[in-house]
Order: sequence, then structure tokens, then C-alpha cells
Amino acid sequence: MRVEVDQPRCVASGQCVLLAPEVFDQDDDGIVELLESDPEPRHHDDVRESAAVCPAAAIRLTER
Amino acid sequence: MAQPQADTAVELPHHPSPRAAGCPFDPPPALRSLPSDQPLSRVRIWDGSSPWLVTRYEQLRRLLGDPRVSADATLPGYPHRTPATKASDETRRTFLTMDDPDHARLRRMVTAPFAVRKMEALRPAVQRIVDDLIDAMLAGPKPVDLVQEFALPVPSLVICELLGVPYADHDFFQRNTKVVVDRTSTPEQVLDCLGTLTDYLEELLSEKAARPADDLLSVLATEPVATGEMTRRRAAETGVLLLGAGHETTANMIALGTLALLLNPDQLALLRDAENPGTAAGAVEELLRYLTIAHSGRRRVALEDIELDGQTIRAGEGLIFANDIANRDPEAFAGDADRLDLTRDSRRHVAFGFGVHQCLGQPLARVELQVVYGTLYSRIPTLALATDVDRLEFKHQGLVYGVHELPVTW
Ligand code: SF4
Repeated sequence: MRVEVDQPRCVASGQCVLLAPEVFDQDDDGIVELLESDPEPRHHDDVRESAAVCPAAAIRLTER
Repeated sequence: MAQPQADTAVELPHHPSPRAAGCPFDPPPALRSLPSDQPLSRVRIWDGSSPWLVTRYEQLRRLLGDPRVSADATLPGYPHRTPATKASDETRRTFLTMDDPDHARLRRMVTAPFAVRKMEALRPAVQRIVDDLIDAMLAGPKPVDLVQEFALPVPSLVICELLGVPYADHDFFQRNTKVVVDRTSTPEQVLDCLGTLTDYLEELLSEKAARPADDLLSVLATEPVATGEMTRRRAAETGVLLLGAGHETTANMIALGTLALLLNPDQLALLRDAENPGTAAGAVEELLRYLTIAHSGRRRVALEDIELDGQTIRAGEGLIFANDIANRDPEAFAGDADRLDLTRDSRRHVAFGFGVHQCLGQPLARVELQVVYGTLYSRIPTLALATDVDRLEFKHQGLVYGVHELPVTW
């Protein structure tokens, strides 16, 4: 799985950080930061959930 | 399929519509029973216009994420809630009623303090506040009104902590905020207290500028105010705005959520007897979904013609998004969506809205509600309603749903 984030779209809702803190963080302005673009399989479900709930559609996944 | 016309004589269901007698939690039956074979229906609102009502979860998320759907309340066709909100939306413009890029620029100035990590750091302070209030309740007479003694003070004291209001001033602060949110206050009293609070915060801001601490007022005082990006008065008003926004919502979730749990004792038992600290977090999401207290619907207007599953929304037509009904959509939530089920995975609910305008205070709300739900019922296991459900008065009007008073005993 490959994860990308689109920071200009992020509205800092923090949903991704709550669901997958190993993969996403927020910078000082609350904007998403990607910690891991190639997350371990055990985090995949949480990352998919993050992409699904992100209200700004700022998380893009490529499954491979 | 023929498009329903805005000006035909057909009787359209009214929005808002009354809830069913006797059921305080379910959305209005007249709106829930709109034909499910088409994604959108027309409703009639107070000014005689007939915007679209979006009730299905999937379409709601699709449209609220669509840049052709605008939050600009000054555009013709925007479905205002009431004559009063029409007047204020058109004059007092905040990022809530703007589109990007203006919305994003202004919103970003206030999102930073609500980042998840900063809210987590606040958790011990929230726990202390909740424990102290429960101690005071247990030490006093009963029955008590849970709204006045607990549900309102929690967010008030938490916002003091977040803003960095000195403990010695908590009383003053709480007294004034109580008047602001009390339904029996006159408009003059409310304005007076808002003015008092703004004056107070303005003075505090200059103290914080001299001696910054680790709180929101210090951030405002040393950043936007120091650089001239924001006047001190403006920063103080922002503080008062956060106070108001976080107050009503959290207080109503605490009181109405408690009522929902008292009426569903099997669910309450799950929380009370929980050993896993994650139980409260899941319960908060399910209660947010089930109650959807922001029940008057998100308002938008179409900027262009939009095709949606065989129907056409024309440019300039208004849209109302019924988050409360979408959160009961059986296709979106497994099992019986009309049941309160704390074990359900409800994380995809839209109680905080959806799209770029989604509530920015939600990380704070989550921490507050998790601490409250995780503490109140285990500390007062015999908590019980001290009146008949039929005698409770609900906030049918207004932006946020809730209960005016909740007499409880133990
Ligand atoms: S869920 Fe989306 S909007 Fe929210 S912080 Fe993460 S990337 Fe940003």
C-alpha cells in the first residue's frame, strides 16, 4: 500500500491521527503529516478507514 | 423522470418537521419517510422556497465534498434557517459561510490549538474537572439538574483551561457563560455578558503577551496579535466565539447522551462495567451518530447544474443536508441503525458534518465526551432519572438539539 497526503486540502480534523497515529501526524498548524508512506500491513485497515473518513479527501491510497 | 418543480402546488413536507410524539431521539418521521427511490426530495422552508433535502448517507458525503456545492450564505438560493440567521449570515461573515480559498485561509488561523495531540495533553485536566464536579454533586443535595450542575460546567471549565484563564477567575467566567447559554436570559443580558467576557479576555491577552504560558490565549497574544495580523479585540472575540461554539454542543451531548443511556440500561451497563478504556471512545462515536444534535441540517447552494443518480440539481438551488437522517441510513451502518448500540463501529458518522467545513473542535469534543462518559456512570452507578420522561422539555427549535433540564438522582 502506498499513501499520499494532499496537505493543501487538509482541514485539520484530526480523524486520520486518531485512527492511525503510526502513519499520520499533525504539524503545528494541525495539518496532516505523513509519517509512513509505505505502512506495515497491520496498519492497512486503519489507513483505509482514515482515507474513507477524511472529510477533505486529502488522503490518497494506492493498493498494490 | 420528471423533475419536481419548485413552484408547483403539491404539498411538500415542511423542514423542519416535528419529531414523533413520545420519541425524543428519532428524526422527524415526515422527513425520514421521503421516497427512498430517489436520492433527493424537495422540502418547503419558512420563506416559502423549496430547497432539496439530502437524507441518504452516500449522497450526503458525495455532495458535501463537491466543490460545485457552495457554503456562501450571501448567494441567492441559499436556504437560510430562519429570518434571524439570514440577517446575521449575510452581514457577519465568518469562514463558516465562505468557500475556499478564503475559507481555508481563515480557518487555518484557528485550527492549530485543536490538533489531536494538544487535546490529548489536555485530558488529565479534563479528568480533574470532571472528577471535581462529580465530587461536588455527590456532596450536595439530590435530586439535581444534571444540565446546570454538570453538563454546562464541564465545557465551560475545560475552555478556561484551554484558553489559560486563571483558576481564581473560573467562577466569574462560569457565571457569565451560564447567562450566555441560559434560555431564560434576555438578549440584553446575553450581549452584556458577552461584552464583559470579551473585555476580560482582552485584558488577559495583554498579560499573556508579557508572560506567555502554554495555552491558547498565549498563542494568540504572541503570534497573530504580536505581528499585527489580528487586533487584540479580534483575538478576544475569537476566544468568546470558541467558548460559545464548544459550549452548547458539548453540554447537550452530555445531557442528552445521559438521557439516552438511562433509557437504554443494557447499553449504559456496557459503559459502566467497561474494563477496556477504548469502550468510552466507541460509545462516544455511537452516541454522536445516534443523537446527531446538530439537527437543523447543513445548508448549501449549487454553483452549477449537478447530475445526481438521475436527478438534476440546478445552479442556484438550495440544499439542506439532513445529517441526523443520514446517520440512521441502514445502508451505511450495520445492523438496526435506529438502535443505540455502543458496540457498533460508528466512526464514519457525519455528526460533525462532512467536507471542508467539518467541525474543527471535534478533537476537543471527543476528549471531553470520552472522559465524561468514561467517568460519570462508573462513579455514580445508581444514577437515575428523577422525573418522568414525558415531563422533559426538548430543544426542538434551535440549531442544537438537547434537553433543557435533566433532573437526576442516585
Ligand atoms: S483526516 Fe483529512 S482533513 Fe483530517 S487531519 Fe487527516 S488529512 Fe487532514
